[in-house]
Amino acid sequence: MAKHSLIALVEDRPGVLNRVASLFRRRGFNIESIAVGHSETPGLSRMTIVVDGTATSVEQVRKQLDKLIDVVKVTDITEDGLVARELALFKVKSTSATRSEILQIVDIFRANIVDVASDSMMVEVTGDEDKVDSLFRLLKGFGIREVARTGRIAMARGAGGPIVVEEKPKRARPKRVKGAEEISNL
Amino acid sequence: MKLNGAQILCESLLKEGVEVMFGIPGGAVIPFYDVLPEYPKLRHILTRHEQGAVHAAEGYARALGKVGVCVATSGPGATNLVTGIASAYLDSSPMVALTGQVARPSIGKDAFQEIDITGITLPITKHNYLVTAAADMAGVVREAFHIARTGRPGPVLIDIPRDVFIEEAEFRYPDKVNLRGYKPTIQGHPAQIKKAANLINEACRPLIIAGRGVLISRASAHLKELAEKAQIPVITTLLGIGSFPESHILSLGMLGMHGMAYANMAVNAADLIIAIGMRFDDRATAKVSSFAAHAKVIHIDVDPAEIGKNVKVDVPIVGDVGAVLQVLNRDITPKNHVEWVSQLDEWRRDHPSTVIRETDDLIPQYVVRQIYEVTKGDAIIVSGVGQNQMWAAQYFEYNRPNTWISSGGLGPMGFELPAAMGAKVACPEETVWCIAGDGGFQMTIQELATIEQEKLAVKIAIINNRFLGMVRQWQELFYERRYVATPLSGPDFVKVADAYGIAGLRVTDKVMVTSAIETAMEHQGPFLIDFQVEPEENVYPMVPPGAAIHEILEEPRKEARVV
Ligand SMILES: Cc1ncc(C[n+]2csc(CCOP(=O)(O)OP(=O)(O)O)c2C)c(N)n1
Repeated sequence: MAKHSLIALVEDRPGVLNRVASLFRRRGFNIESIAVGHSETPGLSRMTIVVDGTATSVEQVRKQLDKLIDVVKVTDITEDGLVARELALFKVKSTSATRSEILQIVDIFRANIVDVASDSMMVEVTGDEDKVDSLFRLLKGFGIREVARTGRIAMARGAGGPIVVEEKPKRARPKRVKGAEEISNL
Repeated sequence: MKLNGAQILCESLLKEGVEVMFGIPGGAVIPFYDVLPEYPKLRHILTRHEQGAVHAAEGYARALGKVGVCVATSGPGATNLVTGIASAYLDSSPMVALTGQVARPSIGKDAFQEIDITGITLPITKHNYLVTAAADMAGVVREAFHIARTGRPGPVLIDIPRDVFIEEAEFRYPDKVNLRGYKPTIQGHPAQIKKAANLINEACRPLIIAGRGVLISRASAHLKELAEKAQIPVITTLLGIGSFPESHILSLGMLGMHGMAYANMAVNAADLIIAIGMRFDDRATAKVSSFAAHAKVIHIDVDPAEIGKNVKVDVPIVGDVGAVLQVLNRDITPKNHVEWVSQLDEWRRDHPSTVIRETDDLIPQYVVRQIYEVTKGDAIIVSGVGQNQMWAAQYFEYNRPNTWISSGGLGPMGFELPAAMGAKVACPEETVWCIAGDGGFQMTIQELATIEQEKLAVKIAIINNRFLGMVRQWQELFYERRYVATPLSGPDFVKVADAYGIAGLRVTDKVMVTSAIETAMEHQGPFLIDFQVEPEENVYPMVPPGAAIHEILEEPRKEARVV
């Protein structure tokens, strides 16, 4: 019962992030990360909120979030089996002596070099938190100047989306593709 | 029809059935006040402090079950509302607070009297709005009232920049609200209700705890049906008082820190708690880990977030209390609980929590009881906070919904006078008694001017113990009588009343109490009585902070005098 991923679909209005953050602070819930962006529905943003389920009652968090008028729907997708990803940028010190070693590591992690300066390189990596953490640990030895991480975004596996917003005529659900897990694990 | 923002606001308020607002003008809201004469059906009551306006709006809302409306200007006007908004939030009172804001081009510039009131009230409103165009006004007002009064009611604040009042727009009142993020559940889940009915039908020692949700949902008749059909004793929370007639044979009065001893003992002995429209506040549950230790719990509430928040629940039912009870009552089999009820009667006999001790001293319990006797219980009682509040809850017998108005969740001293004023505006035909503490009364004493100006016949009983009484009681019981910063040397309240043009009397002797109350009742207008009571009288029963609900301190019996 460690990390929980909550997906909140919220109205795309000024102040909504503030309402969500304020609620977490006031109720003493701890946010590990929060990532916000557009959703598939115009006018709705999607938040992926990661909370430590041992520290707070996730169900209380979910219900309190759901009470906010601007929050349309909250789902805890932790149990559903999910794909979680994070994007990180690392600015790593490099010299002519270390450059090729860094490149090798970057290669193993299927990360990319996105900028090169005379004494540093910028590495871009995508993956789950473990992968990002591991790369970070390996690069730390060379000296890291700057780190930027997006925090987790997540999506439940399978065909069903967590959210049904507007009641539209029901369409046949697309069949679940066999082997989808394997594909998404790549 | 093209109107300016202020006119659109007024038209919208009328559409929502608003008749009265309490408020104080200021620079940012002058354009709004300027159009009020065009709308004679909108009565504006000028208070003397915005806290007076917001508490009055809550008193009004709670007496009528209608949305209370208050108005304040930007900056200090808005911040003065904060205490009252918080009170309405914690007690789920329907309210719309209108505040002025600096003009749109000045927002964010720290302009004169610019305050981020939507930011400040974020955690104490059900929702709030900043209106950024006159064209949005009607829609915002429509949504605000809908949110304030439906589901679990609460305060909604609308912040309006000065220039939005002046801007013109087409007025069309939306007939529907479409809030995809707000759809309160009204009907309870049938399977859950079935489960609850089974538990009730099987229980040997069932107990109902009724909270303010019963009043909000106007479900007193359904509650009574449930109690009578299955012969289940009923206790109420402080805010649930009046939801079930206290004269009823199944009524056990209030539970909690100053609840009836037998009510608290019942909680501890019950094998089934049916919690209806209440939220297991710590003043009601005492030590929550030992609350209702031997009972299964059914919890009916319209707010899903209340379920399981403080107490583990066996059968949760989310829905409107009235709608749920209606279905539940059909599944209940008539039953008697003879043993259980007679056990409770025995406790009631052995622990009489509201018997007034015999004394010639002028004690507050007697004052409250006499107000009950003289009014024959036919009055709305509005209390302050502290000892006076508890005595008013204990020694008056409430038999009708919404006749007890008291700020429970927040407990702001100074609630009493303006809230009583609001209740009187809401129910001009009713007798309204304000039972005040001498401390709290001085926090909003200026509203005597409003009462006089508006000719509101509020009757005021100051329980004057020359102390911040409830704090003094804690100092006496838990801090070895170190009375730090609690003695008050109050003003001459009768003279103060007189200065405001309000008649009054001082009562210093027990024999004067009844006739003073009668005089107040016979007097046409507002009337104030300064009851100079025993200064060190304590509220009993009391569950000390941190103790379990059945660990009750009862009034120490005076030693029998040996002659
Ligand atoms: C605004 C506010 N300040 C402080 C308190 C803390 N407090 C609770 S009861 C109380 C004493 C109230 O004194 P009084 O109004 O004279 O009523 P009494 O208890 O004597 O009946 C105080 C100070 C409060 N509830 N509200």
